[in-house]
Amino acid sequence: MSVTPLAAALAAAAAWLAIAALGVCAPHALRFVARVLYPLGALVALALAAIALVAITQPPDETVLPLGLPDLPFHFRIDALSAFFLFILGAVSAGVSVFAAGYLRPGEGAQPGVQCMWYHLFLASMALVLLANDAYAFMVTWETMAVSSFFLVTSDHRIAEIRRAGYLYLLIAHVGAIAILMCFGVLHGFGDYTFATIRQVELTPFWATVAFLLALLGFGAKAGIVPLHVWLPEAHPAAPSPVSALMSAVMLKTAVYGMLRVTFDLLHTQVWWWGVVALAIGLVTALFGVVFSAVQSDMKRLLAWSSIENVGFIMVGFGLGVTFAAYRMYGLAALALTAMLYHCLNHAYFKSLLFLATGAVLHATKERGLGKLGGLIHRMPWVAWLALVGALAIAGMPPLNGFVSEWLLLQAFLFSPQLPASYLNMLVPVAAAAVALAAALSAYVMVKFYGVVFLGQPREEKLAHAHDAGLLERIGLVWLAAGCVAFGVLPVQVIALIDYVTGPMLGTNLSQATGATHWLFLAPINPDRASYSPVLVLMGLIVFTALAWLAVRRFYHGRVRRAPPWDCGYPLLNARMQDTAEGFGQPVRQVFEPFFRMERELPTPFDAAPRYRVTVEDHVWHWGYLPVARLVDRLTALVTFLQRGRISVYLLYSFGTLLVLLFLVR
Amino acid sequence: MLGGFSWAGASAQLTEIVLAVLLAPLLLGWVNQCRAWLQNKSGPGVLRPYLMLRKLMEKDAVVAHGASPLFRVAPYIVFGCMVLAVAVVPTLGTDLPYAPAADAIALVGILALARVFISLAAMDIGTAFGTLGARREMMIGFLAEPALLIVLFTASLISQSTSLATTVETLSQRELAIYPSLAFAGVAFTMVSLAENARIPVDNPATHLELTMIHEAMVLEYSGRHLALIEWAASLKLFVYSCVGIALFFPFGIAQGGDAAGLLLALPALALKLAIGGFLLALIETVSAKMRIFRAPEFLGTAFMLAVLALLLHALLET
Repeated sequence: MSVTPLAAALAAAAAWLAIAALGVCAPHALRFVARVLYPLGALVALALAAIALVAITQPPDETVLPLGLPDLPFHFRIDALSAFFLFILGAVSAGVSVFAAGYLRPGEGAQPGVQCMWYHLFLASMALVLLANDAYAFMVTWETMAVSSFFLVTSDHRIAEIRRAGYLYLLIAHVGAIAILMCFGVLHGFGDYTFATIRQVELTPFWATVAFLLALLGFGAKAGIVPLHVWLPEAHPAAPSPVSALMSAVMLKTAVYGMLRVTFDLLHTQVWWWGVVALAIGLVTALFGVVFSAVQSDMKRLLAWSSIENVGFIMVGFGLGVTFAAYRMYGLAALALTAMLYHCLNHAYFKSLLFLATGAVLHATKERGLGKLGGLIHRMPWVAWLALVGALAIAGMPPLNGFVSEWLLLQAFLFSPQLPASYLNMLVPVAAAAVALAAALSAYVMVKFYGVVFLGQPREEKLAHAHDAGLLERIGLVWLAAGCVAFGVLPVQVIALIDYVTGPMLGTNLSQATGATHWLFLAPINPDRASYSPVLVLMGLIVFTALAWLAVRRFYHGRVRRAPPWDCGYPLLNARMQDTAEGFGQPVRQVFEPFFRMERELPTPFDAAPRYRVTVEDHVWHWGYLPVARLVDRLTALVTFLQRGRISVYLLYSFGTLLVLLFLVR
Repeated sequence: MLGGFSWAGASAQLTEIVLAVLLAPLLLGWVNQCRAWLQNKSGPGVLRPYLMLRKLMEKDAVVAHGASPLFRVAPYIVFGCMVLAVAVVPTLGTDLPYAPAADAIALVGILALARVFISLAAMDIGTAFGTLGARREMMIGFLAEPALLIVLFTASLISQSTSLATTVETLSQRELAIYPSLAFAGVAFTMVSLAENARIPVDNPATHLELTMIHEAMVLEYSGRHLALIEWAASLKLFVYSCVGIALFFPFGIAQGGDAAGLLLALPALALKLAIGGFLLALIETVSAKMRIFRAPEFLGTAFMLAVLALLLHALLET
């Protein structure tokens, strides 16, 4: 009897759970955990990715497992949407697990076996979230995912800042989980909680809107949309680098999966203004994220804010798709959703690549701040050149993968003048301009990140002792970088897979809408309308560059002399005179000043020890979260008058309650 | 293959690329010569850039001690990107077999790739000037690139295609009607080209004061053949921007299809348009003063707003 993809995927999740159990049985055995368990986990991840590739092309499959409570078994289902996100989970976590195998060092935070347990529990719970077919299984696995990632974030729990970051993360994750639970409550319409039943329910437009907004709130809190993003820049830097990579790359995508599942699968029709709301939130998130990432001084916070920006792009694609679907323009909705799904895949690859590179840098130099790094391309060439691939990919440079999803998204914008509502037509150019601005700013951020960390001169002497990444770390980085290049150069093949996902959701997919595909050219709607061939662009680049080099060598010469750099007559130049991270962010601080809350401490001319200090903070924290925290404090202070501390008062409360209950029951 | 591959079209395109690469410094020389005439000087001659390129090629390349391989390979990559950009822009004719490979958005992406590589190379040496130039160039870039993209969008919405060849064909076949959106887009495009090509009022290409440099500060460490390739790439970039401007706003005379007679007629038409455009550029440079670097975001923000206004006008009036 052949194994169905669903059974194989569930077996992979079970394998991860088994590895977790093995890890907790040997908490201190670092070599065993690092050399055996993590590579095993990587193999399971690769197997899961292969299973998912097979499952995308096949029809949906369901099963019921007698786990959970006696009358509430778990329902599981694999369809093309689940399979696509399972592929992202499997492929990315394979690279991250291999890197983590080489990354584990003794004496860092939690015991290695316990960390291995939380890590593989995290992976297994994400796989089960993607496979869940009823609200109960979904919520149980969602909570497991949140709790296991909390323990992973607070691995180094002796540091107060990391504990605080973990607490904030857990708090917002649970606010989101409550919203998701209420969303399922609204959706199920008093039947049972399986998704099959939910699909049959017909909701009034009011309740459908309530469900959509609750899902946006709940899944958006996990994805990190503004204003629910405050946990991301705290939690991602606090976690160990492989965990940050997984959280940024895969966990945010499970939230996106949830949004897609609720909006296109569980809700039957979409309303146009849902898409506009999602589009607006996405634009604000993208701009906010990239502007803040440009002013960061910490490597990992910069990448965390960049993740917020990319989630914004994904929401923009989602909003466009919902709007087009609401107007029954399913071909264009397929284009927008294809751009969104492609960006999910791309972001998973290049963000995890960059987070792992920062992990390697952190291990080599013990520095996270950009002000103490520099010149690492000489000491760590493998990490530096692979991180260059990741940085160019995030910046959206052809012919890598970031450019393809950006190209598809901009093409989707160019079709929106066909929308029937004229005010939407005018809103959309502004949105396209904002997307273009955010994309250009991400190039700025990546030049800052790569230039300050890897290029230039070392800003500290100890950087001369930095060592390159080990073999396992290199394998993980190469796997992810190869994915970035492959998805950039072969977009038609990737879109052929994504078509299996958009087909059932919308009734049509991109290839059906275009009617003709060509293996070499990406021409989503019509070859005359727009086409792009990354293979030809890459070949053109290589050919012209090589011809230039050969012509120069043939007609002239290749002599090189080494000399000190130009110093304009000042003999005492040192490495501190290069741009700092703050200096590189100064143009953005100046141009986008209203976005930031800046507090300046400037010295007077009479200071004996002058200090100049600028802190750049998030307005949302001060306008939104601190007032809510103060309100909660005041409310709890009001309630504390009930706590007298004398047992006679508490006995009086019990007696009073008994009297009231007797009165009511009578 | 899409677009219909023909050997005539391929050879025409190859000729266009070779001609562009060889004649781009001539455009730069013409602009410099016009600027000298406007300043009542006798000028260096239009062939001066070629002499400078030959001089630089013959010299040794002097590379700083701390330079990585990225520094040495960047000039070739930048030059390759600019030649690729020339391959995508319709200069003489619209029958370009390579055009389906990259459309307007990809063209902006290729120019951005060149900018990123040269900024990274500037940061590679680790001097204050290099990082200053990189920071300023990326600041100009993040404001100018979206404006350029929106200008190209406006043209794409009019022609219902982002492929530059199709856009040129549509725009040159319309009757002599004025599209108001293209007027605004033209002003925005001029401002963006001035910024991206490091011209006054944004950047002075002839300055020798490091603190006023943007583009020059990035290439301060380059010498010999590397500097020659970068200067050549800069003149190719000016050529590309001029040809994009001509293709979008004055496409009359560009050959439709690949007939040889049309191409031969297109060559003097292009030369005339480039000569007039070069003279106008020199005129703008002569009557303007270079802005403070902190004014450049305002200048480019205005260009961005004009481009968005062009797009809105198109949505309002022309659909």
